[in-house]
Amino acid sequence: MIVADRKPLSEILDMITDRDKILIMGCKGCVTVCNVGGVKEVQILSSSLKIARKKEGRSLTVDQITIERQCDPEYIEQVKATINDYDAVISMACGVGPQFLSEAYPQQKFFPAVNTKFFGGATSHGIWEERCAGCGTCVIHYFDGLCPVARCSKSLMNGPCGGSSKGYCEISKEVPCIWDMIVKKKMEQGRLDDLLCFTPAKNWRTSRDGGPRKSVREELAI
Amino acid sequence: MNDIKSGSNLEKVLKSGNFAFTGECGPPKGANVDHLKENLAFLKGNVDAVNITDNQTAVVRMSSWAASAIAVQEGVEPNFQMVCRDRNRLAMMSDVLGAYAMGIRNMLCLSGDHQIFGNHPEAKNVYDIDSMQLINLVKTMRDEEQFLNGEPIDGSPKMFIGAASNPFADPFEFRVYRLAKKINAGADFIQTQCIYNMDKFRQFMKMAVDMGLCEKCYILAGVTPLKSVGMAQYMAKQVPGMDVPPELIERLRGAGKGKFAEEGIKIAIEQIEEFKQMEGVAGVHLMAIEWEHKVAEIAQRAGMLPRPDIS
Repeated sequence: MIVADRKPLSEILDMITDRDKILIMGCKGCVTVCNVGGVKEVQILSSSLKIARKKEGRSLTVDQITIERQCDPEYIEQVKATINDYDAVISMACGVGPQFLSEAYPQQKFFPAVNTKFFGGATSHGIWEERCAGCGTCVIHYFDGLCPVARCSKSLMNGPCGGSSKGYCEISKEVPCIWDMIVKKKMEQGRLDDLLCFTPAKNWRTSRDGGPRKSVREELAI
Repeated sequence: MNDIKSGSNLEKVLKSGNFAFTGECGPPKGANVDHLKENLAFLKGNVDAVNITDNQTAVVRMSSWAASAIAVQEGVEPNFQMVCRDRNRLAMMSDVLGAYAMGIRNMLCLSGDHQIFGNHPEAKNVYDIDSMQLINLVKTMRDEEQFLNGEPIDGSPKMFIGAASNPFADPFEFRVYRLAKKINAGADFIQTQCIYNMDKFRQFMKMAVDMGLCEKCYILAGVTPLKSVGMAQYMAKQVPGMDVPPELIERLRGAGKGKFAEEGIKIAIEQIEEFKQMEGVAGVHLMAIEWEHKVAEIAQRAGMLPRPDIS
C-alpha cells in the first residue's frame, strides 16, 4: 500500500489560516489501512483544528466525509453537489487524492494533510516499512524476494558496498543492510553463485526517470 | 595481465614486478589550488601515483578530474577517483573522456559514501549505476571502444582501472567473492580500505590467493598512519566499515603523550614491511590524511625509496 504520515497540525493550521468553513475528506484506501487518513483520523483532525482555532478566539466550521477512494473519479463524483460550499477542502488521502480532486473541481482549493512517503506495509503494530520503489521493472526474484532498488540506500545492483557493518547500512545503525540479508539468504540456500553474476546497468526508463508514467490497458478502455 | 592497458606509470611499476607505492590527496574546498600544489609537491617522487579523491565523505570539493589534471601539470601521476553518488552514466562517460584527454591514465571506481554523511545531506543521490557497473563501463570504453549504448567512441580512453575492496565490511565471508566480481568486471588493480586488523587481512589475503585472484589483479594494501588516540577511536567508532582493534589503540596510548604520532608511523612502517612479504600483495596505498608532508619520511623509513623509474 501507499504509506503516508500526517503533517504537523501547525502546518495544516497555516494552510487554512484565512478560511472559516472547511471540509475534511478522508479516503478508505491505503491511508485508512495505515491509520493516517480514514474516518477516525478525519474526526481527530477535525476536533484538533476546531480546538486550535478556539484558542485563537476564532471559530471554524468543519464538515467531514470519507469516501471509498480519492484516486477514482467515480467516488470523487459523490461530493459534486456540495464541494464548492466550503472555503477550502483538506484531503487526508495520499498525494493522488488532492490532485484528482483539483482536476475534478478546479474552482475549489484542496490542501494535503499528509506527506506521502512510500510503498510498503506494516512490519509490526504501528511500524510501516518501505518495500517497493515503483521502478517499473521488478527484479526481486533475482534477489530472493528482497528489493535492492527500494531497500539499499544506494540502490546497488551488485552490493553490498564497503559501508555494510554488522547487518546494518552505513547511513544508520537502525537501517538494515538489504545486501547483507540477500547474501546471507543466498549462502543459507547454497546459491552464492547467483551473486557472482554481474548485474548490468539498470534501465531506469520505466522508473520516474523516464518521465511521468501511464498504464494503458486497452481491453478495459471505453 | 601482462599486456599494457594504459601505459600509466602505476601500471608499468606493477607490471615490471616492483612493489607499488601510491599516495592520496584531497582536492581543495575552493578554487585556490596553492595548498593542493604544496601537497602534490610533498608526494612527488615518493609515490608511483596519487589518488585524487572525489568529494570524499560527501563533502563538496573541487572536481576530482580537475584536481587530477593539475597533478598532471605538476608532474605527479594521478589516480582519478570517481564515485557513483554524484553522476549519472552520461556525466561519468563524459568525465572519463575529459580526464583521459587531460592526460589522466588511472581511475579508481567507487560507490561513494552516502550523501547523508556530508555537508549537503539534502542532495538527491544519483546511483544510476553502481561501482561494479562503473568498472565494467570504463572497461567497455577502453577495450570495446564503445559507449554503454554500443555506439563507437572516437578516441577511446585507455585507463588503468582500479577498484576498492573493504575486507572489514560485512558479511566478511562474501568480501573475497565481491573482490572476484570486481576483477571479472574489469578491475586491473585494487586498493583496499585502511587496514588495522592484520589478522583479518591475512585471512582475507589467504582466501584471495587460494582463489587465484592475485594472478588476475594487483592488490595494494591500504595504510593510514594513526596520528592520535582520538583519531584511532574516531576511526573505530564513527567510520563505517573500519576495524580498529582495541589492542592497537592501547599500543598507541601506551606510547605516551607527545609520542602518539611517532608510534602511529612505527605501526604503519611495520605494516608495510609485512605487506612486502605477504603473498598476493602487490603494493601499498598510503592514505596519509592531511599528513602529506610526512609521506617522504614514511616512504624512506619503510624502504620504499627511491621509486622505480620506468620509462
